[in-house]
Amino acid sequence: MRVVHYLNQFFGGVGAEEHAGAPLQVRDGAVGPGRLLEPLLGDESRIVMTLLCGDNYAVENQEAVIASAIEKMHPLRADLFVAGPCFDAGRYGMAAGALCAAVQAELKIPAITGMNEENPGVDLYRDALYIIDSGSNPAKMREVVGKMAGLGQKLVQKRAVGLPAEEGYLPRGLLRDQVVKHTAARRLVDMLVAKLNGTAFESEMLPVAFEPTPMPAAIKNLSQARVMLITDGGLVPKGNPDRIQGTAATRWGSYSIEGRDDLRGEEYEISHGGYDARFVQEDPNRLVPLDAMREMEKRGVIGKLHNEFISTSGRVNPLANTRRLGREMAQKIRRDGVDAVILTST
Amino acid sequence: MVQITSALPIAKMIGSNRVVLGNGIVHVTGDAKLSPEDEKDLRRRLVQKALDALQSGETQK
Repeated sequence: MRVVHYLNQFFGGVGAEEHAGAPLQVRDGAVGPGRLLEPLLGDESRIVMTLLCGDNYAVENQEAVIASAIEKMHPLRADLFVAGPCFDAGRYGMAAGALCAAVQAELKIPAITGMNEENPGVDLYRDALYIIDSGSNPAKMREVVGKMAGLGQKLVQKRAVGLPAEEGYLPRGLLRDQVVKHTAARRLVDMLVAKLNGTAFESEMLPVAFEPTPMPAAIKNLSQARVMLITDGGLVPKGNPDRIQGTAATRWGSYSIEGRDDLRGEEYEISHGGYDARFVQEDPNRLVPLDAMREMEKRGVIGKLHNEFISTSGRVNPLANTRRLGREMAQKIRRDGVDAVILTST
Repeated sequence: MVQITSALPIAKMIGSNRVVLGNGIVHVTGDAKLSPEDEKDLRRRLVQKALDALQSGETQK
């Protein structure tokens, strides 16, 4: 197994905080924690390259660091990318997470990292990555690296990955079918009894955390702004050309409204299993208010109504999925030069 | 961005920054009980509120 390892300036031995501005650099073979990692990965495994970067440099130049790291890794044909472990180091965690996500997406090889649950890199990348729960104590390095090596091997060998508690990674919010011994009613009552007795039990619901989203800046000059309509109410052209699912949608679509002053029910349908769509079917302006927005455009209240509206179906959808849909939409919105969005949600 | 929705608790839970209360889950920007003219008036008012919200808060430096 050929492995590439990423470390920050501290663990890579470049230096402490005063070297946090150090740019990306390359070492042959294993460095620092990599020397612990290499033998744990199995007999045939080698760390073929270690990438080092200062924490500040990595966060301030994230895109350039990612591009450069991918370029350096490309000819090595590595089987696995390992970053960290990062413990509580926030900038390190963010860089490690970003690199792992990029390597998985672009080089199509598994990546693994380790962080304490409070590390900001966890919120950003837990959906996309296996992140071993490192705790906050670097003295546990050997134990943490051992878990990373174990799960890393499984990923490379495409063996089945166990539950978060079994493998030691932070829950990713993935759902998996499982056969269990008792019915939901029995499990529920058992949990309730345990709670009343003050004994330990494990909830089957994961608390979902939403990181705060900064408020986008106010529009200064609305009469010059390009405004776009988006809906998660599932309005699609007749025939649903993008086959947007009515539940747990994995796709979204963008549909032309060029030259139209309102939306007509006979040209649209609703792919959304979560509300009574008859009213919107009768008059789609009740969901995507094209008629009123067109008036605003004609009166010069807004600069331009964008000539497409975006639609998907927001129903029973895992967060990992909806976040991806949102990111994809945001890319299009930026590309199209849209200044403001009105999102209508059912 | 501004969100027009009748599911206010969901908008709050996910931390939506600008929210305009819609006129019902089944017709966020409409009302089947109104005459077409009154319904369009309601929609104009909702859209105007959304546009007002877009201009609220800090402007870009």
